[in-house]
Amino acid sequence: MAATVTTTTATTEKTWGGGNEPMGASYGKMMMWFFILSDALTFSGFLASYGFSRFKFMDTWPIADEVFTHFPFLHGVDAPMYYVALMTFILIFSSVTMVLAVDAGHQLKKTKVAIYMLLTILGGLVFLGSQAWEWKTFIKGEYGAIETTGGALLQFVDKEGERVNIDDFALSIPTERVNHTESNGIWFESSDRLGDHTVEEVVEGFKANPDVLIRTEWINEDKQKTILSREESLEKLQNAKLVVRGANLERNEYGHKLFADFFFFITGFHGFHVFSGVVLNIIIFFNVILGTYEKRKSYEMVEKVGLYWHFVDLVWVFVFTFFYLV
Amino acid sequence: MAHSHESNVKRIWTVFGILSVITIVEVALGIYKPDALFKTDLFKLNLLNWIFIILTVVKAYYIMWAFMHLEGEKSSFRWSIVAPMVFLIIYLVFILLMEGNYVYEVFNDSPYKWIF
Repeated sequence: MAATVTTTTATTEKTWGGGNEPMGASYGKMMMWFFILSDALTFSGFLASYGFSRFKFMDTWPIADEVFTHFPFLHGVDAPMYYVALMTFILIFSSVTMVLAVDAGHQLKKTKVAIYMLLTILGGLVFLGSQAWEWKTFIKGEYGAIETTGGALLQFVDKEGERVNIDDFALSIPTERVNHTESNGIWFESSDRLGDHTVEEVVEGFKANPDVLIRTEWINEDKQKTILSREESLEKLQNAKLVVRGANLERNEYGHKLFADFFFFITGFHGFHVFSGVVLNIIIFFNVILGTYEKRKSYEMVEKVGLYWHFVDLVWVFVFTFFYLV
Repeated sequence: MAHSHESNVKRIWTVFGILSVITIVEVALGIYKPDALFKTDLFKLNLLNWIFIILTVVKAYYIMWAFMHLEGEKSSFRWSIVAPMVFLIIYLVFILLMEGNYVYEVFNDSPYKWIF
């Protein structure tokens, strides 16, 4: 038993009894590294497929700093990327406390290891909370948009190019819209949830407000989204089909449909890793408190979960770059 | 490593400083987007994106070498991890981005409109 977990006793075992340490690393540590290698390849698969879709739709992909502009408690303030930058710092800092815990473990200082582990767990929880808030804001959306029959997305701006919320100009035209529910159907199907506005309300409201213009998904030479003239805008709106608000797996108000899918999938998968990292850290934290590693005279277990925790940080560094910066 | 009991605290805080500075530089560049970098392309990517990618790789290096302590492992172990990772990722990214760009050109040159 002891032979597989600790370095100190492992070296005293016979070579074929598990005491062999190829490449100078214990079995547990080596396997953690190879797991990390395979997991890193999984994540690079996701990010590379994100890159594939982005290259495929190079001219129409959403611009990230126009999407993530929110900061908690700052309503209506345009704060691109500050929030994700803060999240990055939280995660890097929890990585620092983790490596300090490993360092204290090498010197067999039990209390120090416990304190640093606790700080790491807290950092992980704060990060998870931040990500939940980020998702909430992303799903809820802010301005709303119109989808055309051809699948393009039309957003609304004023004369200065500032985004306009569809609530601000849509008329309210009384209609008899009823949300179809499963219980009323022959087949047990329900319709999509009815939005706040019908397409007609948005289109008529647009016609009544000469100051509003349409912004398309297309990126122009100045690397900004193209804004149409009033006449072109009215022509575009003839193809209006759906009012889109917020984001789900089918469509989102930010731009290309795949954008939200990749966002949910990649940040979700990373968030799941953070969550499992926190769980592992809690388990190890209790083992430290109970003195398990004190008895073993080796804190290598802290080092192993530490590797996983740093890996989570490493992945976030790449997600941050490819989702928010590039 | 595990057998040497001296502390690495100083090194840890230095690396934390380096990572913070890089992140701050990235965010500042991302917010101001200097035209000279943002509007000059090199191999289908603008210079700003190249800077972001290089800085990210530098960050990854520090996390793996200092925090994950690869610098203290035997070099055979270190490279058995890093070499497959680097090779396979470059290979995958190269193939997928080439293909993505090819599909973009097909969409672009075709007589059909795809998004309208």
